[in-house]
Amino acid sequence: MRGIGKRFPGVVALDEVDLAVHDAEMVGLIGENGAGKSTLMKILGGVYQPDAGEIRIDNQTVQIHNVADSIRHGIAVIHQELNVLDNLDVAGNVFLGREPTHRWSGLIDRRKIHDQTEPLLRRLGLNVSSRTSLDRLSLAQQQLVEIAKALSLNARILIMDEPTSSLTLTETQRLLELVLELQKQGVSIVYISHRLTELDCIADRVVGLRDGRNAGELGADEITHDRMVRMMVGRAIQSFYVEPTAPGTAGYFRVRNVRSRAYPDRAVSFDAARGEILGFAGLVGAGRSEMAESLFGVDEDPSSEIFLGDRQLAISNVGDAIAEGLFLMPEDRRGTGLVTEMCVRENITLASVPRYAVAGLVQSGREREAAQRQKQKLHIKTPTVETLVRNLSGGNQQKVVLGKWLSLEPKVMIFDEPTRGIDVGAKAEIYRLMRDLAAAGTVVIMISSDMEEVLHVSDRVAVMHEGRITGVLDRADCTEKNIMQMAVGVTVAAARPPC
Amino acid sequence: MKKELGISVLLVMLCTVVAVLNPRFLSAVNLFNLANLVGMFGIFGIGMGLVIITGGIDLSVGSMFALSGVLLAMMLREWHWAWPLALLATLALPMLLGVVHGFLITRLRIQAFIVTLCGLLIYRGLARFIADDSTKGFGANAEGFERLRDLAKGELFHLPSPFVILLVIAVVMWLVLHRSVYGRYLFAVGRNEEAARYSGIRTRLVIGSSYVLAGLLTGLSAILFAFYTNSISPSTHGNFYELYGIAAAVLGGCSLRGGEGSILGIVIGTALLQVLQNLVNLLMIPSSLNFAVMGGVVLIGVLADELLRARRQTPKGVVAPADHQGNGPTVVPPGPK
Repeated sequence: MRGIGKRFPGVVALDEVDLAVHDAEMVGLIGENGAGKSTLMKILGGVYQPDAGEIRIDNQTVQIHNVADSIRHGIAVIHQELNVLDNLDVAGNVFLGREPTHRWSGLIDRRKIHDQTEPLLRRLGLNVSSRTSLDRLSLAQQQLVEIAKALSLNARILIMDEPTSSLTLTETQRLLELVLELQKQGVSIVYISHRLTELDCIADRVVGLRDGRNAGELGADEITHDRMVRMMVGRAIQSFYVEPTAPGTAGYFRVRNVRSRAYPDRAVSFDAARGEILGFAGLVGAGRSEMAESLFGVDEDPSSEIFLGDRQLAISNVGDAIAEGLFLMPEDRRGTGLVTEMCVRENITLASVPRYAVAGLVQSGREREAAQRQKQKLHIKTPTVETLVRNLSGGNQQKVVLGKWLSLEPKVMIFDEPTRGIDVGAKAEIYRLMRDLAAAGTVVIMISSDMEEVLHVSDRVAVMHEGRITGVLDRADCTEKNIMQMAVGVTVAAARPPC
Repeated sequence: MKKELGISVLLVMLCTVVAVLNPRFLSAVNLFNLANLVGMFGIFGIGMGLVIITGGIDLSVGSMFALSGVLLAMMLREWHWAWPLALLATLALPMLLGVVHGFLITRLRIQAFIVTLCGLLIYRGLARFIADDSTKGFGANAEGFERLRDLAKGELFHLPSPFVILLVIAVVMWLVLHRSVYGRYLFAVGRNEEAARYSGIRTRLVIGSSYVLAGLLTGLSAILFAFYTNSISPSTHGNFYELYGIAAAVLGGCSLRGGEGSILGIVIGTALLQVLQNLVNLLMIPSSLNFAVMGGVVLIGVLADELLRARRQTPKGVVAPADHQGNGPTVVPPGPK
């Protein structure tokens, strides 16, 4: 791809961007959110048309007008959001849109699609039948189905956009091995990821984008975490992780027998200190998010007992939790964290708007002031607080969710995957804000599947396995090995009881 | 505001055309009657708008008119209830039905379309059964109920009283929808019910209450319609009126996806529909084409709005400058959320 340019109303998304991929090469593509990675890949995938530049494959200039063109040229894109239909089976998804039919009846040739899908699944080491319905597969398995689809198209260039953002460590490992295997088989791969360690492991070359322009390139022996960050951000980020301060009152926040809809017959108990960041690690599906939702009153849980200091909290719905100062930043930002079609102001005050009302009528001046305060305090990058949240970047959206809770006084803050899909700069800011909150005496609980994050941000780590807390590790004992062992249910010597 | 402006322009243009083609449009009698109808249709239209803003719909309004109208006539004429009691009962009945609808929709999670469709069938059937399929009324000149009749056909401050009532209700509901905490919650649950719930909003209460509030406004309209026609035939009274309400709300900028709409838009949308009705009469268009004209205009109005919106953004879907990950622009496909 040479000299690619693309503008959208008001934004220049790409400006003279070059990208070359050699045969059977693994190219890492990095850049902060909004740097233009996805736009570039969407042009290659036929979703967008470039305004300038040309695309050459095997020294032939090609025109890619739509997705079908792109597929014809052997390009397959696996988007960050999975494009699978979970009401179909595996084979149905692999052949979606190009189902072979019987010659006379015009009905789908079911036998053929299953016969062709099975070998693909075996090649990928996916141990399920092609007749399994997608909704019975894990996220990682669904991802593999997408890869199977790409393979069935005989893709020569495979583009993977953040393929591991919702996978656990083991699943990630397996996926990376598979990607390397595909590369050996001659497939060229463009791998987009915010997880720099992954690129460190697998990429032959790393290309950086910044603000829609090329920001440099690193050869195999130059790929280091620091250099990649510098290339993306344009400067070195100092103190990416904030060191902990002295821990506060131990056992300030006590949770007893909380149950969740994921594991209704397993009760969880744990203690958290005032001013600490308690990490929750575990595999996806260990019940961490569901536990948090129970604490937050999303699901009613009459058997649980929650204490803050000397007081027992009575939480039977979200409103109660908020009244007690216990807040949740949910995992699914757009689904449950934000009303993306409303503006920044309305989102920030969504939980607190009665405070700015007199006789039920919202006093717009006071409301706007409160929103402005959070905007400034959290450095939310938005033209005004009247901008729709939909138009903000992921990091700034996350800050809006945070602003919603900070405008009330948080006593307990639960962050569920706080930095998923957020760029490096915003990540560092979120970590700092979490540490500030803890330092101000808030109990901070962080659920994360990002091992690096768990290891560096938490003061202590509770590890969950199938709805139970296997144990809690002090900071000194937090190692990847310990956490992984406990995540699969094995207790290690260093583990302490959760309360 | 842009939406309201567009539809206002449409309204003015339409009025001008009709006035030019038939000057009788501007006669005092015609304008008075037109405003009278706008008043009656606008009141329940606002209720419909609230429900639509939460992402719901109410198809049972027309049948409620028949049921409430029949009962009101019987209460006053056959059972000789005191009129305040009868009025109160006529307001309370649709509210009660709203409670039932709200319960079924929010607690038992049945789709609003289904719940109110069943309502449409049930209340119509009940109205016909209770009235024994005979037309009810308040006597030749509504003797004894002149003041109530004047509420529906008389004038207040030289304006048709239903129109005055609509203005008052519109102002109150404007405050409720656009300035109050409750109104903010209505929009929030319409846009994203889950996120609203995760912000501590009692979403089921908010959604359910919109049906009750709509019931109140429906009850008010029901009283006016009953006295306006003074002849309530249980099988036809109020037929299709829910569709007038929905059409007015949609013309006025409410989205059936929820979370969008305004009081001003609904009122102007109602006026537009009534002018269309009037146009069919004044321009000697066969009245059998009535619905076809209305349907055509609603379709054109909504289409024009979509096209304008698409032009303001970029072709095909809505392009946001940055998607949730901030990974550059993304195409949000038009269609249900």
